[in-house]
Amino acid sequence: MKYFPLVWAGLWRKKARTILTMLSIVVAFLLFGLLQGINQGFNKAVQNLNVNRLYASAKTSLTDGLPIAYMNRIKTVPGVKEVSFWTYFGGYFQNARHPLPVFSTDVAALFKIYPEIKIKPEYITAMQQTRTGALVSDALMRKYGWKIGDRIPVGTSIWTSKDGSNTWYFDLVGTFDASTFAGGFPSFYFNQSYFDENTSFGRGRVHYYIVSIADPTKATQIASAIDALFANSTDETRTLTESALAQSQLKQMGDLNFIANAIVGAVLFTLLFLTANTMMQSIRERTGELAVLKTLGFKDGKLLILVLVEALLLCVFAAALGLFLASLVFPALRPIFGDFKMPMIVVFMGAGMALLLALISGLPPAWRAKQLNIVDALAGR
Amino acid sequence: MAALVTLRNVTKSYTRGKQKVEVLHGVDLQIAAGEFLALMGPSGSGKTTTLNLIAGLDQPTSGEVEVGTDRIDRLSRSALADWRARNIGFIFQFYNLLPVLTAEANVEVPLLLTHLSKAQRRQRVQTALQLVGLADRAKHKPNELSGGQQQRVAIARAIVADPTLLVCDEPTGDLDRQSAEEIMELLKALNRTQGKTIVMVTHDPRAAEYASRELHLDKGRLAGDEVRHVA
Repeated sequence: MKYFPLVWAGLWRKKARTILTMLSIVVAFLLFGLLQGINQGFNKAVQNLNVNRLYASAKTSLTDGLPIAYMNRIKTVPGVKEVSFWTYFGGYFQNARHPLPVFSTDVAALFKIYPEIKIKPEYITAMQQTRTGALVSDALMRKYGWKIGDRIPVGTSIWTSKDGSNTWYFDLVGTFDASTFAGGFPSFYFNQSYFDENTSFGRGRVHYYIVSIADPTKATQIASAIDALFANSTDETRTLTESALAQSQLKQMGDLNFIANAIVGAVLFTLLFLTANTMMQSIRERTGELAVLKTLGFKDGKLLILVLVEALLLCVFAAALGLFLASLVFPALRPIFGDFKMPMIVVFMGAGMALLLALISGLPPAWRAKQLNIVDALAGR
Repeated sequence: MAALVTLRNVTKSYTRGKQKVEVLHGVDLQIAAGEFLALMGPSGSGKTTTLNLIAGLDQPTSGEVEVGTDRIDRLSRSALADWRARNIGFIFQFYNLLPVLTAEANVEVPLLLTHLSKAQRRQRVQTALQLVGLADRAKHKPNELSGGQQQRVAIARAIVADPTLLVCDEPTGDLDRQSAEEIMELLKALNRTQGKTIVMVTHDPRAAEYASRELHLDKGRLAGDEVRHVA
């Protein structure tokens, strides 16, 4: 600890250079924290998904949809408990910059399949009694300041209504708490019957069947049985478990894991050279000073450690700041990714990366300081 | 008086590129405790090399170097570092202070290698700075001090750990005449009142006049040895 002022003073010998290097490390670890945090968050969300649910969609493409008539046939498959469906509506509030996750469905069956979503029974009853009703997650309610009884106009660029309008109107009849489901993904549900009645096309078809099963160990057999039921028909199905579906959707967004690792890897690799160069330059400029320290009795090993500690201070402090800033950004991303927090594993990974960065970038200059010959260094050779 | 430093048949050669350069040729020398020795001679005569050997900064190619009871030519690199910290105070031509540290922090550096507490270190630093007349400049950084003041800080750093021997390499080489005289008066006082043994390399005959003994080197050999009484 008594050497700390010596290390600290060495670190700030060239303030501008140290600040710029620190900023580079801060930005790199901010990026690391965000990308790895989102990545880990997705992985965690996928791992936490329910194993009792299957999702059946058109084998050819999700957008082709499946006939609504399949519902009763899927119910006949042994092991199936409950069946509901989703049609992706999309849409936006006010303008396209405020997209909404809107789905048409059969809410009564849907909320039986998703018991982790908390909803009052009277809202389901209200929904069944209101043709144009909508149930909205509390996160969305808060975001737009909606309240029960509001009439919500939802714009769409896909589902033109029968009268040629691109705006659909929904009466908000209830809300639900989805914070424990898929990271609290915000959602907006309305009646499939209203969709079928009002849409100019795509009537009688749904995008997904959601199937709850009694025994998750039989998920694969039940999924195969559902697909076999519609094999060789004009609308063949592809049935997946919830986690397989989520992973498949993430894959469609790109291999997030690979992208995150590739970006972070490239940034840290570049940073390694930058930091090593800064440290090397700093030590080269201080050759005379280091020789004086050795002259005064500082041993080779002690100087090696002092230079390494200097690299550690630079990297760890800046990395901690970067990760802290990343953790502050997470709440702002909730509308996009749901209730994500920076996982602790990312903090530990970041600390490990910072240590590694400090060691790799600090070791060459530290070794140089250790090997310094006093007589040559004092003579400026 | 008993010899504090003894060099016996010391030779030193360096290899520069493919060339072997003989710097010292069998130097025999004794320096008594409490002596103020000026090492003089033309460039390349081996003055600084002799000083480096006495201070334990370098090792002889052959021969013996004894300081006090220690045969320092036999010490390892690490043991030599410990020995320097305990026994030697260094004063350089260009002061060699750490520019990022204040005067008091610079003076404290050798004490970091001791087991003294923070309060004890602070006390010693204040005493050393008072001794060189710079107690009021303790918080100043080297670039806020004149050359003479910087050299005083360097002297405070050299004496703060209470070494047996002070080695000075051209201590007035970068100073104006008045500052040089002040520094030499200070060194003389340290020699007389504190009993510090001083070995000083210098080109400056005026600086050498402060010494009690003047030793001349030429082409790696002792060329003259003059003992005098300084007022």
